[in-house]
Amino acid sequence: MMDFQVVVLAGGTSKNLVPLVSQEVPKALLPVANRPVLSYVLELLELNNLKDLIVVVEGEDAALRVGGWISGAYVDRLHVEVAAVPEDVGTAGAIRAIAHHLTANDILVVSGDIVSDVPPGAVAAAHRRHGAVVTAMLCSTPVSGPLESGSSSGKDKTKKAGRYNLIGLDPTKQFLLYIATGAELEKDIRIQKSILRAAGQMEIRADLMDAHLYAFKRSVLLEVLDQKETFHSLRRDVLPYLVRSQLRSEVLLNGVPQPEENGNEKIGTQYNQIMQSQILANASKPSFHQLYALGPNNGPDLVRRTHKCCVYIANNNYCARLNSIQAFSDINRDVIGEARNLFGYSFSAQNNIIHPSAELGLKTTVGPYCMLGEGSQMGDKCSVKRSVIGRHCRIGSNVKVVNSVVMNHVTIGDGCSIQGSVICSNVQLQERVVLKDCQVGASFVVTAGSECKGEALAKKEK
Amino acid sequence: MDSRRTPRSVIDPKVRQVGFFAPPDRTNSGQPDPISSSSSSPSPPAANISPSGNSLSPVMIPPPRHSSDSRPVPFVPHPASPLRRESIPAGSSYNPSDFYPPATSPTAASPSSFACRMPVGGYGEFSEDVVALSPGRAFRGSSVRASASSSFPGGGFDLTALKASSVPASELTTVSVFNLPPGIAEKAGGAFVEMQNDRHVSSKAAKEKTTKAERRALQEAQRAAKAAAKAEGNKIPGTGSSAVTSVNVKPAKGVKAALQKNDSVSVAASEKKVADRPVEKDRKKDVPQPRMQYDDRSRVEKAKRRAVVYQTEARNRVELFRHLPQYEHGTQLPDLESKFFQLDPVHPAVYKVGLQYLSGNISGGNARCIAMLRAFQEAIKDYSTPPEKNLGRDLTAKLSSYVSFLIECRPLSISMGNAIRFLKGRIAKLPLTLSESEAKALLQSDISRFISEKIILADKVIVKHAVTKIRDGDVLLTYGSSSAVEMILLHAHELGKQFRVVIVDSRPKLEGQLLLRRLVGKGLNCTYAHINAVSYIMHEVSRVFLGASSVLCNGTVYSRVGTACVAMVAHAFRVPVLVCCEAYKFHERVQLDSICANELGDPDAISKVPGREDINSLKHLASSEKLQLLNLIYDATPSDYISMIITDYGMVPPTSVPVIVREYRREHLWI
Repeated sequence: MMDFQVVVLAGGTSKNLVPLVSQEVPKALLPVANRPVLSYVLELLELNNLKDLIVVVEGEDAALRVGGWISGAYVDRLHVEVAAVPEDVGTAGAIRAIAHHLTANDILVVSGDIVSDVPPGAVAAAHRRHGAVVTAMLCSTPVSGPLESGSSSGKDKTKKAGRYNLIGLDPTKQFLLYIATGAELEKDIRIQKSILRAAGQMEIRADLMDAHLYAFKRSVLLEVLDQKETFHSLRRDVLPYLVRSQLRSEVLLNGVPQPEENGNEKIGTQYNQIMQSQILANASKPSFHQLYALGPNNGPDLVRRTHKCCVYIANNNYCARLNSIQAFSDINRDVIGEARNLFGYSFSAQNNIIHPSAELGLKTTVGPYCMLGEGSQMGDKCSVKRSVIGRHCRIGSNVKVVNSVVMNHVTIGDGCSIQGSVICSNVQLQERVVLKDCQVGASFVVTAGSECKGEALAKKEK
Repeated sequence: MDSRRTPRSVIDPKVRQVGFFAPPDRTNSGQPDPISSSSSSPSPPAANISPSGNSLSPVMIPPPRHSSDSRPVPFVPHPASPLRRESIPAGSSYNPSDFYPPATSPTAASPSSFACRMPVGGYGEFSEDVVALSPGRAFRGSSVRASASSSFPGGGFDLTALKASSVPASELTTVSVFNLPPGIAEKAGGAFVEMQNDRHVSSKAAKEKTTKAERRALQEAQRAAKAAAKAEGNKIPGTGSSAVTSVNVKPAKGVKAALQKNDSVSVAASEKKVADRPVEKDRKKDVPQPRMQYDDRSRVEKAKRRAVVYQTEARNRVELFRHLPQYEHGTQLPDLESKFFQLDPVHPAVYKVGLQYLSGNISGGNARCIAMLRAFQEAIKDYSTPPEKNLGRDLTAKLSSYVSFLIECRPLSISMGNAIRFLKGRIAKLPLTLSESEAKALLQSDISRFISEKIILADKVIVKHAVTKIRDGDVLLTYGSSSAVEMILLHAHELGKQFRVVIVDSRPKLEGQLLLRRLVGKGLNCTYAHINAVSYIMHEVSRVFLGASSVLCNGTVYSRVGTACVAMVAHAFRVPVLVCCEAYKFHERVQLDSICANELGDPDAISKVPGREDINSLKHLASSEKLQLLNLIYDATPSDYISMIITDYGMVPPTSVPVIVREYRREHLWI
């Protein structure tokens, strides 16, 4: 498969999503429009003819569940291998753990929580074309917050303001010169003079998001992970390290176009080899790395070692990561709303999806951009707007569901009003519950008549 | 040359202006016999342009052999006898050991040394490892689900640390398997069945064939009888004798003649016909296929359906160049990139080269050719013949698919076409007795040999010849960035010659700047000018060295656009023009202008100046219907303006190119 191996990092139980995820539902299996979020990645890969995958899951229980689900859903379609790694080893640790299974020249590392239609092949091709050490996919930061409710979106904007990435690109927008994430951003940013001087110009952008889809050169990735034992995360440690050191490369492979690959050209003498690579090098337009490596005046004896860090910027594609509760509701809304054409759902004339086995009561309306799962029942005079309702839910009469996600097997009593909330599986809402911007954890029972606003309701951990 | 063809002077003047053609008074040099015209008639430009100060005297040097490099440059004229031609492949006179240490010389590399190199796939081992872990893999269909899930809690997740790292190494568990293609799984059983099928089919075919032949014989006999009766009835004199000779009669001559021809062949010479057929086939192969004309709507549609790369054609094309492919720039690359994993049949190395062509990361004839050949080498290394297929045929088909992929990325240069022809020829000539690994090793070493002998060594020889033409105090002008010229300049500098270099460059590629950078870095004295200033700077120049993409049979030099202009200015100033071109770039095609075959570049490249907002005045006109942009890549320089071509067979006048093409064609193809 073009000498690429695909590793899907499906994570474990993320702390950011706490009332939603649990022992039973690891992050990878959170339903997005009634489908586990991992299925979006797997299907994107399948569409791109990548059928040999390694899925890495944190924690054995989670791995069992994810593996069980994949084996049920993708028999005969994908060749998936699941690896369990201990919790809290981070993305770098996860790669370390499966390092001995990686054999291809290049590794495509995909985060399991991406919902996107960006072709991974484009990243891989950009990676190959430049012979880069790492290629990262960037996409524009999605607009966050629900459309209607103004208060919560404003609050989230302020929360987000401190969290953006800063990304420095070269003038051709092909190379990554600087990357910093919100956590490590202080008042001022430090940019290396040598990189700036070599590239001439740097464009610093805050509107791009690192989509957690990387192509790595295997040898370099493993070498870095091997040498730097403290590295914990690919995004926060490995990528910035490679970007920082691109003009004083310490990794083995650099600009030289891999002479060791042509192992059996023994006929070609040393002279021929040199001439060939010289002709090739002279013919191509040098990137700033090569110009820097040659230096302005120094002779061929002093060659500086460089490597390339590339980016692929996805402009017109949908791309979002499920890494917060806000993102969870945003993605659920987008998948059946704005981005509905991208994921193969078929919509009715009213722009919604109602499973044929779902039962609706009298005078009940399901608005556009809604989804109603298999076997769900709704009473009379209900109204559903811009919401996803899962399978086998029982919803009473006079219930309003707006901008919310209701998972499977939820019982909602008469007269409830749910706005901007996420309600997990097996939850029971008794009569006249009013929820606004709440998250209700699995199997929780909300007593009749309670009103909540902006709370996370969950069972206490045993 | 065909006598019916109009002489050059009568060509429509509009066309001639674009094609850079000579004024009518010097058209007499386009005579068919190049050697006699250069030695007897005074018309060749080389003879009369060279001023007395730096006469170059393009002596007719017969092409030297490589082995004679140690000898002094002037050679004894050597009659090109068939005997000598025979001796070249035998390796007695053409001895590459001058350049190779004997141990690694290509003749010494016996195929057996490669035989032991078995392709051991790393991934294969890996997957076997997995098989051992999960019993579910061996089954197919519904049984997988049961066994995989049952094996889950038991076998999987063995967290024993395999590696002494901070994180325990984890095992993989196969949880989902997709079906192997049935061909592989059922091969053991299927082969026998297929063999039986084969036998059935072949026997049936043979049976049918005999009946066909019988029918045919019957028909012919009847026809012959009829014709004989007719001839007798009409009493045409001399039917018998004319029937034999009228084989070549054109069908336009009438029904009767055609009839006669028909039965004369079939009755009198049915055996001969069988013998003739392969010859006919060969002839057909020799005739180059008509080039795709991109203004032919239906054909373009057809080609598009086959294409791998999605291409949007540019809307505003210059009328005269409609027949050339031109695509909206920037539409191809993203599409090709996004299909990266879907293009299974294309080898990754070939794919990479294609991307590099498309994005312009590799340009220049030699570099493109080397990159392509290396990619093919990789592809051959990873190639394995599918079951029940012939290596020669399957590999040729595979290469053809790679080549068409590369053409979609960027039209092939002539040098690449020659290299592909060489490679295909080698595949066709592979002995059938060779095993697959031996054949692959042989092909790979052939490719290496082509690169080293036809490109690297050829350049070395060219440098050796050309350096003799550089004297102290010279001012050398070059245009663009040619790898051969660069080597010449650097070598002359190493020899301690005192000279100055003028690098003439042109937008939009500004390749000369890269050359300038390298030359100045090596300590040469350089002047940099754009092509607008060429008429001014030519005053002080004593020699012009040019590179070429190809040299065609009529001596026309096909090269980077602008070369013709430089050559013409040099000619007007009576400065000798030396073209450096490896002989593998020679082609037997004849081209009179730069219109019928050329390449169109990205039109935006000439309308926009990156980074200069102040002079980008065309920005808003880009979509205008009235504006047509033309960014030609190549032009053709008529041989009149070229004093000498320096090639690996020596320094020859442009009129001698057909001799080299004719005499060395065989050697070109079968080294």
